[in-house]
Amino acid sequence: MLTVRVIPCLDVKDGRVVKGVNFVDLRDAGDPVEQAKVYDAAGADELCFLDITASHEKRGILLDVVRRTAEQCFMPLTVGGGVRTLDDIRQLLLAGADKVSINTAAVENPDFVREAAEKFGSQCIVVAVDAKSVDPGDGSDKDGADKDDAPRFEIFTHGGRKATGLDAVAWAKRLCDLGAGEILLTSMDRDGTKQGYDLPLTRAIADAVPVPVIASGGVGTLDHLAAGVRDGHASAVLAASIFHFGTHSIAEAKAAMAAEGLPVRPVS
Amino acid sequence: MTVAIIDYGSGNLRSAAKSLERAAAEAGGGPVVVTDDPAQVRAADRVVLPGVGAFGDCRAGLHGLPGMVEALEDFVTVRQGPFLGICVGMQLMAERGLEHGVHQGFGWIPGDVVALEPAAAPADTPLGELKVPHMGWNRLALRAPDHPVLADLPQSSYVYFVHSYHLRPAQPNHLLATVDYGEEVTAIVGRDNLVGTQFHPEKSQAAGLKLLANFLRWCP
Repeated sequence: MLTVRVIPCLDVKDGRVVKGVNFVDLRDAGDPVEQAKVYDAAGADELCFLDITASHEKRGILLDVVRRTAEQCFMPLTVGGGVRTLDDIRQLLLAGADKVSINTAAVENPDFVREAAEKFGSQCIVVAVDAKSVDPGDGSDKDGADKDDAPRFEIFTHGGRKATGLDAVAWAKRLCDLGAGEILLTSMDRDGTKQGYDLPLTRAIADAVPVPVIASGGVGTLDHLAAGVRDGHASAVLAASIFHFGTHSIAEAKAAMAAEGLPVRPVS
Repeated sequence: MTVAIIDYGSGNLRSAAKSLERAAAEAGGGPVVVTDDPAQVRAADRVVLPGVGAFGDCRAGLHGLPGMVEALEDFVTVRQGPFLGICVGMQLMAERGLEHGVHQGFGWIPGDVVALEPAAAPADTPLGELKVPHMGWNRLALRAPDHPVLADLPQSSYVYFVHSYHLRPAQPNHLLATVDYGEEVTAIVGRDNLVGTQFHPEKSQAAGLKLLANFLRWCP
């Protein structure tokens, strides 16, 4: 049986980990490669690097990080942040990334997703979907525009500041039609809150698309991970701070999910 | 003991090369060369054909290298050297690929490459509907645990898959391992000097490195 993937995510800026683990025994705790090795040994199922370097000129630094990681970690690696052109994707894949995550560029130019999937195959094209609740579906929407008053979510860019008018479910379905192989779904309402994934959002998207959905944004406890799969219907769970700050280990995350009856790959 | 990884413009060869180098450090063998030169394939002791993307694109990429298909045919059928296909590189060993049309494969393993069709999940499964692509870690069921390339692999090793199609061998004895994904999905095929994995050993941590080391030691 396929297991639920537990994916730690590292924020990387100028080749250094911004939000990362406080492992005392690391020679260089700011080096993403050192942290990747720790997660590799800890039994993480995939790794995700999110590059938040502002300047495109410093792209070479990220590529070097990816290259060094791929030399030492024989596990799947997804890299996102600033992926805007086919050449960006090619360079990341050649450096050793297995998948790239496209974010803003998909909203600005949906055809880019199609071109990327045709060129490199859907299996390596992850599209990051950042959504916010715009109608909780609790009857509070009184303007009559929303007849059934179902919950509604909208796509936001620029860290949740810029509304796009795109309905999240319709958008996710369109991305799959364009060739996205996986959806990395982040709730902008929950991100950083430690209140748990936005389960209605996760379920709405996961039930609507044929491809795997990675739940992201808001994990504060181990219970939240299991809920993302059991109630959110996600195929994989991504988290940052609960792992980085040493609150919980990958093994604890998997044990908690196994206790909920979810299939996980045992940590060897 | 040169290991040639065929570079025909398909995906990330770096991790394949690095993982084989790591396996070679343990098992002996190497050097590992990444090459698009048929002469290097003819000179190699072992050949690895990786591949990601669509069957037809990979086939076209391979045929785009003058002399490469012939060099591979020679290596496999005349010299009968040890050959490992990975993911679409494994699918290309089949007679036909049925992804976006019908495409000819090498025909080394009789059978077609067909779309995954996971059955609707039973109501009590915690994961709900099974998605395609089949993406993530799944547990091998070894049918040929005595095969040298599978030596010392625990019966239920977890390995990493990303695919939407799989090779269905016409001859049951060519099926060396399967995984369960709403149907029986082909994980490893092989016969004589050939072996192919649908999963990515280069991404499957210890279990993958073990399989690669076994391949490097294998003398079919």
